[in-house]
Order: sequence, then structure tokens, then C-alpha cells
Amino acid sequence: MIGGIDIVTLIAALMAASTPVLLAATGELVAEKAGVLNLGVEGMMIVGAVAGFATAVTTGSPVLGFAGGALAAALMASLFALLTQVFLSNQTATGLALTLFGLGLSALAGKGFEGVRPPPTGKVPFGPLADLPVVGPIVFGHDWMVYVSLALVAAVWAFLKYARLGLILRAVGENHDAAHALGYRVIAVRFAALAFGGALAGLGGAYLSLVRVPQWTEGMTAGAGWIALAIVVFASWRAERVLIGAYLFGGITALQLQLQAAGYAIPVHFLSMAPYVITVLVLVVLSATHRYGAPAAPAALGRTFHASN
Amino acid sequence: MITLIKRPTPSRFWSFTTPVLAVIATMIAGGVLFSILGKDPVQAIKVIFWDPLLGPNAAYFRGQLLVKAGPLILIAAGLAVGFRAGIWNIGAEGQYIMGALAGASVALAAYPAESHWLFPAMVVAGALGGWIWGMIPAVLKVLFGTSEILVSLMLVYVAQNFLAWAAFGPLKNPEGYGFPGSRNLQQYPSAHNPELFAGTGMHWGVVAALIAVIATYVLMQRHIAGFRIRVAGEAPRAARFAGVLPANLVMFCLGLSGALAGLAGMFEVSGPSGQITDSFNAGYGFTAIIVAFLGRLNAIGILLAGLLMALTYIGGDMAQLMLGLPTAAIQVFQGMLLFFLLGFDLLTHYRLRLGKGSK
Repeated sequence: MIGGIDIVTLIAALMAASTPVLLAATGELVAEKAGVLNLGVEGMMIVGAVAGFATAVTTGSPVLGFAGGALAAALMASLFALLTQVFLSNQTATGLALTLFGLGLSALAGKGFEGVRPPPTGKVPFGPLADLPVVGPIVFGHDWMVYVSLALVAAVWAFLKYARLGLILRAVGENHDAAHALGYRVIAVRFAALAFGGALAGLGGAYLSLVRVPQWTEGMTAGAGWIALAIVVFASWRAERVLIGAYLFGGITALQLQLQAAGYAIPVHFLSMAPYVITVLVLVVLSATHRYGAPAAPAALGRTFHASN
Repeated sequence: MITLIKRPTPSRFWSFTTPVLAVIATMIAGGVLFSILGKDPVQAIKVIFWDPLLGPNAAYFRGQLLVKAGPLILIAAGLAVGFRAGIWNIGAEGQYIMGALAGASVALAAYPAESHWLFPAMVVAGALGGWIWGMIPAVLKVLFGTSEILVSLMLVYVAQNFLAWAAFGPLKNPEGYGFPGSRNLQQYPSAHNPELFAGTGMHWGVVAALIAVIATYVLMQRHIAGFRIRVAGEAPRAARFAGVLPANLVMFCLGLSGALAGLAGMFEVSGPSGQITDSFNAGYGFTAIIVAFLGRLNAIGILLAGLLMALTYIGGDMAQLMLGLPTAAIQVFQGMLLFFLLGFDLLTHYRLRLGKGSK
């Protein structure tokens, strides 16, 4: 206990608090590695949140809920892919459109689901291991989605580093014209990367509505999708650093909530600002240090690919 | 097989036609959406687009048109200048809030003194509040190269929390019987931004929006600075060779759009909304992004787009009242409009050709 804050509880809480952002950031990392900047993460997340919630409530199964959330958000991402890859629209504008559209769509779709409780997502039964001091709550005390998110980060890391397809994806993101000349299907790769990114954002959103809150409220992502975008920058486009970044931000969120609960004399609204202010500060520190290092962003990030150029 | 051939310059014809096409396509897709929701699509479209202008109760709604269009146009006019230069201020909502807070704070500090100078002082404070909030991402971008997109957006959430704190704390009405929210500026003559002509919805914010449209039109079409902004957006390298300093550009664009968004917030809080509450901001800062694109980032276009978007708000309210259409449906509708616009924009920049293009 330090200042009324229990460290073990904090670490256990931050892992759960980070999971939505971790999932969304990992998905966005893959999309950005393929050279597409999708600013619609917030929109995909919230659509995932409502779709996951609705599916879980109607079917009674959280597993189907997560699948539904991932699918709905992947569809949103496909819409983005269609516009930016086939209709060659501006990625920044289209991403914003996706977010605005997603916020509206989720509010519309979620009308009948306010105030409903979702079926509980179970903790993984580790038996006596979960009762161990310190290690128990931190390592063995979570619901299965936390472990899935960690496995996904590891898979993405390995995929980008070791898989042949991962290499192709990175090539597309670094220089789409060269990749195209080598015979790789730039648009197909980007479609797949975007859909995967969308699915992960959807899982993250569903985690918010099914586990974190657990309830559906309008606009419940409250900028988590944007923080996920910031984490990808923070991570210098590397999967293992996405994990660190997400847990750091999750830690701030969890700490902020615990400070509120512990009744510190800081006004609640200032504590709620903290994750956003700190995101800005981290971006500043990072950009300042990157100025003197090699640029880490994929070289073709945000650029439109048109083959007959 | 259709091939796309890039046009050497964007087509003028299509750049005028695509917004119209997008509106028509959105009406069709919206109709489908409304029928999925179990409403008669033709009637819904009529209630949204026709009745507020020419229906039986139109006299009341026409006034609302300017009330809603004013802030949208004012914010979008500023955003468009930045978007032209490739500087993405998407935190107008936050700048709007801070402008409103600054303007209202001046008024509440002076309460209950009456003076002709109070309202002008609020205008300055409002612009300044938004300007400062817009300059934060600008300065950080210039000094450290941080993304103005992420920083300006993060600052929206900071501003929202700040607003909630102010509404429950320092700006709370001491005679408000414990309810959150400030004194109502509509009941404070010196600070009130009234309707200038009864029934028109015209208030000083609408006047400011019209001035902003004219000013940004002159800036972008007739002034060398506007030319530089456009070059910087379309050919950043060429602009740098021509001596355009990116730092100045970033500060100017974010400062301008911040100040205009701040003004919009200040006029709103002293006029139609009257009161600082934790949720008085209605998302104009985000909708203005759609307005800017729908208006083709052009001042005159933004004027028309702002009116159209205002119409969807009013029509949406009406459709909610008469048909029970959820308000969120209008948000979806606005989002679809932007999608169609961005999709159809292909025609502006590319020529379509059947078969394999040879050149």
C-alpha cells in the first residue's frame, strides 16, 4: 500500500483497463505497417462495442459477442478500405468520416440496449494458482480475453518479424510502388490488414461494453480509439512497444480511478483529464526524441496507391 | 474492366457536381436506412428536407436554420483554410468549448454590471480562448513535430472535462438552487447575444459567420497568403522552395481555426444556449468537419453546406417529433454524406475509362 493505493490491485486492474486500447492499437499497428493510416479506430471500436454487446445479450454468449463485435468492426474497416483503396479517397478525411459515422451508427443501434446487463465473461479457472499472493491476481486472475489480447500481440509481433507474409506486408507499407513492381497485390494486402485492424478494434470495443463497464452507453469509448492511435506512434510502430505503451496508459487510467476511489482532494474532472493530458505529453517527448533519430513510421504511411502512375 | 487515369488538374465540372451527387446518394441510402427503421422513407426525407423550409410550421424552423448554420459555417470556414494546407485541426469541438468558457467567464466576472463594452470584451475573450486551445497543437507541432491531429483531438476531451469542472464549480450559478450550470446570460442584457431581427434566427454569431466566409474567400482566392496555403497543401516541396515557412503556416492555420471555433462557442453560449452546462456543446466542432468537406473547402461552398447541414439537424428534430426517428439516425445520415462525398470525389481527380488504359 502506497498512499492508499494497493500496488497488486493496481497492476491487476491496469491489465484489464489496458486491454481495449491494447487490442485496438495492435490492430492499427498492422494497418499502419501496411501503409494505411486509419483514423477511424474510435468509430470501429464503438461499433464493435455495440455489436458485441447486442450479440452477447441476444445470444447469451460472450464468446459470440466478441465475435460479433470483431465482425462488425471489420465490416466498418472494409468500408474504409473500399473508399481509400478502390475509390482512392484521402485517408485522413475518410478515417474521420468513419469515426463520425461509427459514433452515429452505434448510438442508433444501441437504442434498445441501454441499462441491460450483458452475460458475464468468465475468469479463466486456474484453480489454486489464482489464490497465490501477488502472482495470483496479476498473472492468474483475469478473464480469458486478457490472455487472448496478449496472445494476439505476440502473434502480431512474430508475424511481422518472422512470417513471409509479414515481410510482404511491411514491404507494401514501406514502398507500395516497389512492392507492386515485385508482383505483390498491394490493395489486397491492405484490405486484409485493414480488416484485421478493424476486427481487433472491434474486440477492444466489445471488451469495453462486455467486461470493463459492463454496459452499453452512447459514446462509451470516450477517445480510447484515439489513444490507441497515439500508442502506435508512441510504440514507434513496434508490436512489443505497443504492449508497453498500452499498459502504461492503462496504468494511468487505473491509477486515476483508484485515486478517485481513495478520495484524494483532486477534483474528479481533473483526474479524468489525466489520460488525455499524459497522451499529449508522451507524444511530445517522443516526437522530440525522434527528431534526432531515424523516422520510425512506414514510409508509405497515408499515401494513396494508384498503380498506373 | 475500368481503368482510372489521373487528371492533370482536378475537374472543375466534377468538383461542383460531386457534392450534389453525394447529397442525392445520401438521400437514397438514408431512405433505405429509414425504411429499415420502419419509417416511410419518402415521408421521412420530406419531413427532414422539405417541411422545415416550406412546410406548415416552416416560419419557426427557418429561424432555427441560421441558429444552427451560424456556428457550423464559422467553424468550417476556419477549418477549411487549414485543411487546404494539409493541417488537420480536428479538435474544433475543444476550441469551441474553451471559447465559450472564456467568453462566459468574462461576462460572469462582470455580473451584474451593465456596460456597452462587455459584449465586445466577451467576443475578444472567446476568440482568444479558442485561439489558445488551437495554438497548443500548433506550437507542439512546430517545436517537436507532434501530430496536430492527435493533440487537437486529445484536447477535446481535456476541454470537456474542464467544462464539466467549470459548470459544477467556479462558474456555477450561486442562485441556481444547487443545479449545475452557470447563470443564464440571456437574462443579462449586456452579455446577451440577442436575435437581431425577430424570427430570423440572425444573431451576432451569424453575422460573424458571414464575415468569416467573405474574409476566408478573399484570403484564399485573392490574396497571396491564400495562394501560399494552397501550394503548401498541394505541393509542400514547391512551397518550401518558394519560401513558405511551414512553422508560420501551422501557427496561422491552427490559430485561425481555433479563434473562429472559439468565437462560435462564445456566440452560442451568450445567445441560443445561454448557459454554460456540462453538455452545452452539441458536437458542432465535429459536424463542421463534414461541412468543410461538403463545401469543397471553399468559402462559398461552406456557406451552402452549412445551411444544408443545419437543415438536417432541424429536419432531424422534426422527424424525431413527428415520426419518432431517433436523433442518432441523423448522425448516421451526416456520416454517410461524408462517405459518399469522399467516394464520388474519385471523379474529380481521375478519369474513368472502360477497358485497359494505354496512357
